[in-house]
Amino acid sequence: MFEAVLLTVITAATPLLIAAVGELVVERSGVLNLGVEGMMIMGAVVGFAVANQTGSGTLGVVAAIAAGMAMSALFGFLVLFLVANQVATGLALTILGIGFSGLIGEAFIGVPGLRIPSLYIPGLSDIPFIGPVFFQQDAIVYLGFALVAGVAYTLFRTRLGLVLRAVGDNHASAHALGYSVIKVRFLAVLFGGACAGLAGAYMSLAYTPQWVENMTAGRGWIALALVVFSSWLPLRVVAGAYLFGAVSVLNLHAQAHEMVNIPSQLLSSLPYLATILVLVLISANRRLTLVNTPACLGKPFVPDR
Amino acid sequence: MKSLLKATVAAFALVAAGSAASAADVKACFIYVGPIGDFGWSYQHDQGRLAVEAEFGDKVETAYLESVPEGPDAERAIERFAREGCNIIFTTSFGYMNQTLKVAKKFPDVKFEHATGYKTADNVATYNSKFHQGRYIIGQIAAKQSKTGVAGYIASFPIPEVVAGINAFLLGAQSVNPDFKLKVVWVNTWFDPGKEADAAKALVDQGADIITQHTDSTAPLQVAQERGVHGFGQASDMINFAKDAQYTAIIDDWAPYYVERVQEVLDGTWKSESTWDGLAEGHVVMAPYTNLPEDVAEMAEATEAKIKGGWEPFTGPITKQDGSVAAEDGVPLDDGAILGMNWYVQGVDDKLPQ
Repeated sequence: MFEAVLLTVITAATPLLIAAVGELVVERSGVLNLGVEGMMIMGAVVGFAVANQTGSGTLGVVAAIAAGMAMSALFGFLVLFLVANQVATGLALTILGIGFSGLIGEAFIGVPGLRIPSLYIPGLSDIPFIGPVFFQQDAIVYLGFALVAGVAYTLFRTRLGLVLRAVGDNHASAHALGYSVIKVRFLAVLFGGACAGLAGAYMSLAYTPQWVENMTAGRGWIALALVVFSSWLPLRVVAGAYLFGAVSVLNLHAQAHEMVNIPSQLLSSLPYLATILVLVLISANRRLTLVNTPACLGKPFVPDR
Repeated sequence: MKSLLKATVAAFALVAAGSAASAADVKACFIYVGPIGDFGWSYQHDQGRLAVEAEFGDKVETAYLESVPEGPDAERAIERFAREGCNIIFTTSFGYMNQTLKVAKKFPDVKFEHATGYKTADNVATYNSKFHQGRYIIGQIAAKQSKTGVAGYIASFPIPEVVAGINAFLLGAQSVNPDFKLKVVWVNTWFDPGKEADAAKALVDQGADIITQHTDSTAPLQVAQERGVHGFGQASDMINFAKDAQYTAIIDDWAPYYVERVQEVLDGTWKSESTWDGLAEGHVVMAPYTNLPEDVAEMAEATEAKIKGGWEPFTGPITKQDGSVAAEDGVPLDDGAILGMNWYVQGVDDKLPQ
């Protein structure tokens, strides 16, 4: 029973985790991209379409990542080179993604999908409980954890991470030191797009292997909230994504269980209540929040010429 | 917000498309609450629109707006269609009711058809389908086929139509196995494939080996297929998603109604009416009975024939969850009681959200 719940939680948390860690990098560089939902849904439709046409899940995932990057490149071009308003452009990106994905996906409605196979390691996968939970997931789940570890390491232990954080915290100083603020930010935006595309591919190739319009159903927005929730720390994104996944799955289990009698509306709102509660707790520690918030978040940068 | 903007985009597209003059006799227009690609509710309404186009060819022109939010925005969308020269406008969601009536007052020469509502006017008709008839049949199949004696029901919102569906399903099941158990999970959404899939998994993990749903995506059936349990399609035939898992599907078929009503506009015989039809009239259709032993399929067909013959699934004895009597032996509930149902029958393992 516990194992079954845990397996469902992992699938529910993975797309949130991947999209959020990508957006975290974007925001650490000082850019606010509200278009996560739009990039994610484009990843979902392109991933599904390519996997469906080629029969290869791997190609689908690669195409989804490329689609997310293409969307984010559009965003990056508008906000970094043309200095368009980041909030408006991000919102427009979401609307574009939802509309355009519906257009691309029209031919794939009602077409059964293809599921990315789960990993199987002889021996390890057969261990009771530990096997199914840790050694029988699909590759994207592991990739998600690898991404978080990689981002955490890069941000705080490498020169690249230092430059990225410098650009996000004080773009004028970083520029004065000779770093190309625009270039760093553009690459960060592309990384965020790639992650959102991957999260979309997880939706349409692993979570629910099918294409239907609007299938991400707001998960991009939850990913955005998770970044704030984590106060821009990668490991906390994992905690946030799993907490969110766990609360929403437990809601469904509690309802199906005859012993529990809590109104379903209350249970449905629990993940959001939990998010608010944790946000309050985190922001109570003012100093810590300020330390981690990228100081130049959302501020446009125009180099002097 | 998102759907509003999308609707606006769609509206611009339609203005562009609609400016080309046409020589059609009648223009039939449709307003959908979801995307036509939901493979559920709005998809089926659009299939009805396509049937109208196929039936009448050049004589009838059609137009549609998708993802129109319920509420004040709907009024603008409906009014624009009325101004654009639509002769008949189908508004296909419950939440368009008051907006439809309001616009209808301003355009007495335009015919309006509101789905699932209960308010009519001289130029506003209502139509709905008796989906609970299909639910009764799948309840019977569930009780015959279940090994654990427990079914899981993924429900959207506690409105009468959904509650009536749950009751009809359980009454059908109890007619086969009086001890049949039903677990209900409310997901509080019409459409979220991920959440619907999670709900299906939770129900299977808790012992349900039959999954049924009153939400719009194919995700629960996919879970049924993967977990080796069974289920039923919703709104559309979803057999492609669950070759081994789907026993049948309750299909909404709006095509005959739409064709009939547009024909009446062409003939000048259209009148405001309240239509509430089901299996007998072909507005609710059962998908082929598959993956079933012959005797169970025969039982389902027999029940279907009985309902088509005029038998009401909500015929007493029906006992409410609190033990009071809803209908005496042999007495059917009247239409009003079914359309306004806000109580569970005895045996539902859930407390109705208020």
